Amino acid sequence: MMSEIVQVVKVGIADMNIVKAPHVIRTCGLGSCVGVVVYDLTKEVAGMAHVMLPDSSLAKSENMNVAKYADTAIEELIRRVIEAGGRNGHLKAKMAGGAQMFQFRTGTTDMMRIGPRNVEAVRQQLQRFRIPIVAEDVGGSSGRTIEFHPKTGILLIRTVNQGVREM
Amino acid sequence: MSYFERMDAVHMDILKEIGNIGAGHAATALSKLLNKRIEMTIPDVRIISFDEMMDIVGGADNVVAAVFLRIEGDAPGNMFFVLSIEQAERFIQQMTGDEQFKLEQDCSELPLSALQELGNILAGSYLSSLSDFTNLNLHPSVPALSIDMIGAILSYGLIEMSRVGDHVIVVDTAIHEEHQPDDRVNGHFFLLPDPESFHIIFRALGVEHDE
Repeated sequence: MMSEIVQVVKVGIADMNIVKAPHVIRTCGLGSCVGVVVYDLTKEVAGMAHVMLPDSSLAKSENMNVAKYADTAIEELIRRVIEAGGRNGHLKAKMAGGAQMFQFRTGTTDMMRIGPRNVEAVRQQLQRFRIPIVAEDVGGSSGRTIEFHPKTGILLIRTVNQGVREM
Repeated sequence: MSYFERMDAVHMDILKEIGNIGAGHAATALSKLLNKRIEMTIPDVRIISFDEMMDIVGGADNVVAAVFLRIEGDAPGNMFFVLSIEQAERFIQQMTGDEQFKLEQDCSELPLSALQELGNILAGSYLSSLSDFTNLNLHPSVPALSIDMIGAILSYGLIEMSRVGDHVIVVDTAIHEEHQPDDRVNGHFFLLPDPESFHIIFRALGVEHDE
């Protein structure tokens, strides 16, 4: 048994990162954003992205942050997981987030529905690269903090009212 | 961050003054409502990353009570009134007269709608003073209340800004009750104009800003 100190790799908003066992990877306070994990269990390597917007066509600036948009983030995430030792064909995905934090009775714009749109966009992108989604916890109206363990493939999801769940 | 390079000291001062006037009126309204002295910090206008914004209020997974409203009209944007859980409880206790009230034990309709109404009054007075000052037509949407992780809540206000870059301009004013035992700041007003709204606000106040 190794007694190596387990580090928590952090993923910020509109950010992505890679982790190898025994370390874990975490992103905090997902609301309408989606946290997506792509991993290869046998290689014990995983990548996590904190996606903010569904499509890079929404961008109004040239120098774009690829981690922000579902269409650009998933592609880059897969590339980096493979670079870190993951194998094409063995990759799986888990995702959480995409809540609708506020319910407005009037004037609901498209931007207010951003949570469900993010979920749909991430799903489409994973399908595009033929990566199966083995577990997901999406929608609802609660914020989530998620932590992924590449050794076991377990995703921990913490919400304010329901405590911590394993997935 | 080319979008922000066009902001100079004059623009930042204007935003600071807007925060000053808006939050000043809101603090006065709060003071009248609770019959208490409310103190306010000098507004802080900052260009910061999304993660830094979460750090102002204790990090993305810190649980808070927040009232969110969308600003509609000439210069659209978002406004948040963020309270620590303890401060939200104290305000509810003062408004409802139930001194034992705790958010964890009681999620019934009345205390929450009292808090929502508080947020509505404060944000409304912030906005109407802003509207008077700039002569712009600004009106608030119906406010929404959420008690959850701050990251999940504030990210709604960052969506429009995130389309132009990875930073946000935030006008932050903090308030606290007088004679609090600790000097912890307990409430924040965050004004987050949409990217297109900045030059509208500046022009309304007679300051040029290249679009």
